[in-house]
Amino acid sequence: MTKFLLPLGLFVLLAVVLAIGIRHSPEKGIIASPLLGKPAPVFALPNLTDPAHEVRSADLRGHWYLFNVWGTWCGGCREEHQALLQVRRAAVVPIIGLDWKDDDAQALGWLTQLGNPYQSVATDHSGREAIEWGVYGAPETFLVNPQGIVVYKHVGALTPDTWSREILPRVSGRRAGSS
Amino acid sequence: MLPELGHFALILALLLAGLQAFFGIAGPALARDRWSGAVTSAVAGQAVMVATAVACLIACFVSEDFSVAYVAENSNSALPLFYRVSALWGAHEGSLLLWILLLAAWTVAVALGSGRLPPRFAARVLGVLGVVSFGFLLFTLATSSPFVRLDPPAPDGRDLNPILQDPGLAIHPPILYTGYVGFAVAFAFACAAMLEGRLDQNWARWTRPWTTAAWSFLTCGIALGSFWAYYELGWGGFWFWDPVENASFMPWLMGTALIHSLAVTDKRGLFKSWTLLLAILAFSLSLLGTFLVRSGVLVSVHSFAADPTRGIFILVFLIIMIGGALALYAWRAPLLRSSAGFELGARESFLLFNNVLLVIAAATVFAGTLAPLISDSLKLGTLSVGPPYFNPTFMLSMLPLLALLSVGIHANWKRGRLNDSQRTLLYTFIAAAVLGCGFVFGLYSHARVLTPIGATLALWIILSSLVDPIDRWRRGLTLPRAVLGMTVAHFGVALAVFALTTVQSFTIERDVALAPGGTATVGDYEFRFEGVKPVEGPNYEAVAGTLTVTRHGAPVAVMIPQKRNFWVQHQVTSETAIRMHRGNNLLLALGEDLGAGRWSVRIQIRPLVSLVWIAAFIMAMGGALAASDRRYRAARALATAPEGATAGQPG
Repeated sequence: MTKFLLPLGLFVLLAVVLAIGIRHSPEKGIIASPLLGKPAPVFALPNLTDPAHEVRSADLRGHWYLFNVWGTWCGGCREEHQALLQVRRAAVVPIIGLDWKDDDAQALGWLTQLGNPYQSVATDHSGREAIEWGVYGAPETFLVNPQGIVVYKHVGALTPDTWSREILPRVSGRRAGSS
Repeated sequence: MLPELGHFALILALLLAGLQAFFGIAGPALARDRWSGAVTSAVAGQAVMVATAVACLIACFVSEDFSVAYVAENSNSALPLFYRVSALWGAHEGSLLLWILLLAAWTVAVALGSGRLPPRFAARVLGVLGVVSFGFLLFTLATSSPFVRLDPPAPDGRDLNPILQDPGLAIHPPILYTGYVGFAVAFAFACAAMLEGRLDQNWARWTRPWTTAAWSFLTCGIALGSFWAYYELGWGGFWFWDPVENASFMPWLMGTALIHSLAVTDKRGLFKSWTLLLAILAFSLSLLGTFLVRSGVLVSVHSFAADPTRGIFILVFLIIMIGGALALYAWRAPLLRSSAGFELGARESFLLFNNVLLVIAAATVFAGTLAPLISDSLKLGTLSVGPPYFNPTFMLSMLPLLALLSVGIHANWKRGRLNDSQRTLLYTFIAAAVLGCGFVFGLYSHARVLTPIGATLALWIILSSLVDPIDRWRRGLTLPRAVLGMTVAHFGVALAVFALTTVQSFTIERDVALAPGGTATVGDYEFRFEGVKPVEGPNYEAVAGTLTVTRHGAPVAVMIPQKRNFWVQHQVTSETAIRMHRGNNLLLALGEDLGAGRWSVRIQIRPLVSLVWIAAFIMAMGGALAASDRRYRAARALATAPEGATAGQPG
């Protein structure tokens, strides 16, 4: 009898390992960014809402900010929009948007219709800036510290959970992952 | 409208799958034959609904309906029509739908072929397939529907992942999945037998053709995937022991063991519980493969979808399916006793060795694939094992397997004496050793230790597997398809071993920097770089390098590798140039622009590499031949007859 139970026993063991593996994988970040721990790219880009003033990385020095890559064509961006608006309401860290390979009129329409979570939105029609950031697909969100170093990257739609577990602890000075 | 229709069809398919599972399992259990009879209607209905859903999604792709999120993410208006259709399985949601479609197709095939099975048994098989289908449909609808709309619609799509824009990859997933999913049939037969608590030789005879057919598809699928990796990824290898490759290779190894174990159960009524266990494990590894690829637990070059919530769903599904089947096994397998015995040198022994070695091989691959995960969950740090682990450990179980193959096919059932085969074996071995060493040392002066061994074993299998068919043919006997198929498949194995030995031992790889007009000499070939020029494709722009290849001054070919930059996703892919010349596979890939017209170029010369894939197709063909043997069809016709009537089948 025991010999016939052996396969089941081994499988239960495997299931436990897999369950632990799943619990770990979200923190690991599926696609690690080579930019992590390195200075964020320097940029000076056209401003979507205010053509007179460029969006420049130099102006952001000394402050934490989130750099969010989005586009009106992107489904995940719509999904994360509510979460971004919540982040804005929390007023802990400003969000700089990068409107990636998009139509300006449509992007403005999107912000009027759904609400604008961004402090400012830079446009990247050619997609060149996204390459600088090593963007794999939209949406992607980078957390940059006051020294201009990328400390965290999130791939895919941002969730309130990611915000409270990964981003907020980093900004508010506690060590990440201690929760 | 179409996406909603598709979504609705999927929901109906889910309900029908639930009915199929319920009637198929509860009907026979409660001895309600009218319930059992309703199963086939549920199967038909479910298949129609699944086909409708797939047709809807294809229509969305073809009509460029970018209001559908999945279409917007995996297609583009500039994408050629062919890839707009194959984009269906370009990402997670559609791949799942393809999985479900193929499972429905296998289920319909089983239902059509089940007319001659005992009705209650057939109902149970279809019921178990219904459970599998229900799980996958629920997974799709709950976590990954491909019919979700975007509001407002996207102006244009994000395009199909450029590395998937290739004819090889367009046909590779359906074939691979057909194999994967096909093991569900063997699994369902095993579960049905355990539910009945009865397993006889007829059972093995019904299960064999399905298993062999699935195995053939899987073999083709793996070969196509390897071929694709060779020419599209541009790294110039054909097997990387990557988690996704391993995910398809483990069920293959287990399926190969199952095929052989089924032969023993069929012919001698032995290995019953072992065969059941292998049938469960082969499908479990298919499911596990899906889990590994889809859950983001393991990161790999191939996995393009990763989402932990999906992972949790699949894990729960795995626990229910595999855990349930293994619990059933623990409960029912002790009932299945076989009385017959066999001697040490009998064919049964060799097939037992075959099984043990194949399972060990699968276990080593399994351990290597999951090692990073295990060390990570135990907080031992990130560990990764690559070819340095896989190559030697895999070889450790493969070499004895190959050595035993030649002897095993000449062994008799039950009796342990080789008798007259002994001399044949010795002669073929000597001939193989002479030919093998002659080939290795004659054609190539240098060699590693394993090279002559591999070549000799391969040639020995070829020669000794031909002995029996030639003998039968000379004596004017007919060759049953099952025997012919076995011979062809073993021939394919030998060919693959021979090719792999040669490739592994004699490949030359060089990365060179070339300025226009510059030449590089690699092996016997000279490569002259003529420079690069821009090229424009439908949805990409590219630079094409031109290289003139000569061998000792005589012209061989002009080869044009490309480097493509896809507009929408800004992804760069390398289109390798590949040319066959005298059994050598020349591969050129364009590397980086080094400035001033200079480019880095990767040059590889692999002897006999094409033979690896050809050999895999030969194996698959052998499987197809064996699966189509009349013996299995006759066995079905007699299935309802009493046990004694089928015992006298030729074999």
